[in-house]
Amino acid sequence: MIDREQVRKVAHLARLELTDEEETQFSGQLNSILDYFEQLSELDTNNVEPTARAIDVVNMTRVDAQESYEARDRILEGAPDRDDDFFRVPQILNEG
Amino acid sequence: MASIRELHKQLIQKERTAVELAESTLESLQALEPKLHSFLSVTADQALEQARQVDAKIAAGEAIGMLAGIPIGIKDNMCTQGIRTTCGSRILQNFVPPYESTVTQRLKAAGAVMVGKTNLDEFAMGSSTENSAYQVTANPWDLERVPGGSSGGSAAAVAAGQCPIALGSDTGGSIRQPASFCGVVGMKPTYGLVSRYGLVAYASSLDQIGPFGRTVEDAAILLGAIAGYDPKDSTSLKVDIPDYASSLRPDFKPRSKLRIGIIKETFGQGLDAVVESAVTKAVEVLQSLGAEIQVISCPQFRYGLPTYYIIAPSEASANLARYDGVKYGYRVEEADNLLTMYAKTRAQGFGAEVKRRIMIGTYALSAGYYDAYYLKAQKVRTLIKRDFESAFQQVDVLICPTSPTTAFKAGEKTDDPLSMYLSDLMTIPVNLAGLPALSIPCGFDEQGLPIGMQMIGNVLKEDVLLSVAYAYEQATPWHTRTPTI
Repeated sequence: MIDREQVRKVAHLARLELTDEEETQFSGQLNSILDYFEQLSELDTNNVEPTARAIDVVNMTRVDAQESYEARDRILEGAPDRDDDFFRVPQILNEG
Repeated sequence: MASIRELHKQLIQKERTAVELAESTLESLQALEPKLHSFLSVTADQALEQARQVDAKIAAGEAIGMLAGIPIGIKDNMCTQGIRTTCGSRILQNFVPPYESTVTQRLKAAGAVMVGKTNLDEFAMGSSTENSAYQVTANPWDLERVPGGSSGGSAAAVAAGQCPIALGSDTGGSIRQPASFCGVVGMKPTYGLVSRYGLVAYASSLDQIGPFGRTVEDAAILLGAIAGYDPKDSTSLKVDIPDYASSLRPDFKPRSKLRIGIIKETFGQGLDAVVESAVTKAVEVLQSLGAEIQVISCPQFRYGLPTYYIIAPSEASANLARYDGVKYGYRVEEADNLLTMYAKTRAQGFGAEVKRRIMIGTYALSAGYYDAYYLKAQKVRTLIKRDFESAFQQVDVLICPTSPTTAFKAGEKTDDPLSMYLSDLMTIPVNLAGLPALSIPCGFDEQGLPIGMQMIGNVLKEDVLLSVAYAYEQATPWHTRTPTI
């Protein structure tokens, strides 16, 4: 069971501000989805290795060489708020 | 509606120019758009410029490739430099990518003419395209029904003839299920065959880009153009790419030893009778063409859905952490500190289904629950993969319905996430195992809605899949039907 308090905690971890209505809705829906997941406990997986990636590839490496990136300005142009060559954000630390 | 081969012939025989083809495509695209809403942006200027370059080559007597001058729609989760890429999300409503995805780069180099970016469920999360923040795409066969999802815009556009081919992406069925609902061919290649560089990530261990076409040959030509190793994607496979299209022969018959397995567990409860009967008849056609039919059991198949809905949201919750209103995309105005800015930006920028999956994923990965959900799901993923491995020791191709039903009505499942998830029951296990699979039309229900059959192949056996699909297509009339809009 996932209660409202837990929904609030998870939302905080996910950096999502939820409305009261969303909290109620998600508590109900997440519970039925988690119930649905329960069927996996029917399977014995004690001696089974987990699969993170279905098709194995060997480690991909490349020469660690510095390259200049031509699209620097295009990246900065996408910023919601910028100050010259910096991304601007609201205040990070509390004053005082 | 002409095939790529026919259009190519018209261009090289100078029956029409690439610009004329682009203009007439854009015209019919725009004429249908008020009814279908398949496109989020139409890129007419860029399309005409690309077409002019193809015409210049033809005029100069240069040889052009099969895709040169061919109009194409691109799902709006693939980055196109200088062209808005929204992912169907409010949080990327003004995002103009500073770089080009590998697939669109390759298509550009091949001379393909992108006519626009197609609609999708937000961040490719959904099965009906109703989760788009911008518009609801209609199914060309019945405008009150959904085109499937998440690549619903691409599927609808190809089915309606707004463009002859399109690209989609498939994480749990997002190419095959809309292909089934819209009566076109849609393929998810082997994981790693097509570069994901520039594809906006949803669930990275499952995402794969693939083609939509009205015929198997069109899908094969498009796959050939986008497949192949890319050093920019660390999961990209270093393998030789066969010429998929040229191995398709009009007189092709499956080898006498071609073994086809019917997945037992996909028939029965929850499957529409009309879908079951169409797929059963399709199997008889394949048998008459010389294939040997067996019934194969994949006992863990049904656990694919709960496994997927743990793994995919978990990966999504990490992938979507980047949308924080700092470097690009939407940012909320009213926030006096950074943390509040993040939480409010994400609250306003994401839609309900995306939030729901971020919540599921964050919960499944959080302290105390990781072993019970995420690790458990990864272990079941191994069991599902083993089922397929043992099946492919017995047969060359597996067959089942693509979706348990034909297209449902818009609004029918939006209030019940679980019932929406069920429409991907048959397609999801394939992504978990990384296998190639396609959906091909195999009939119509009593309301005239298309039915799709899924063919699943072993790792990197795209050529086998396409050959079998082509043989079936040539023996049946389904691909000749077009919707009246």
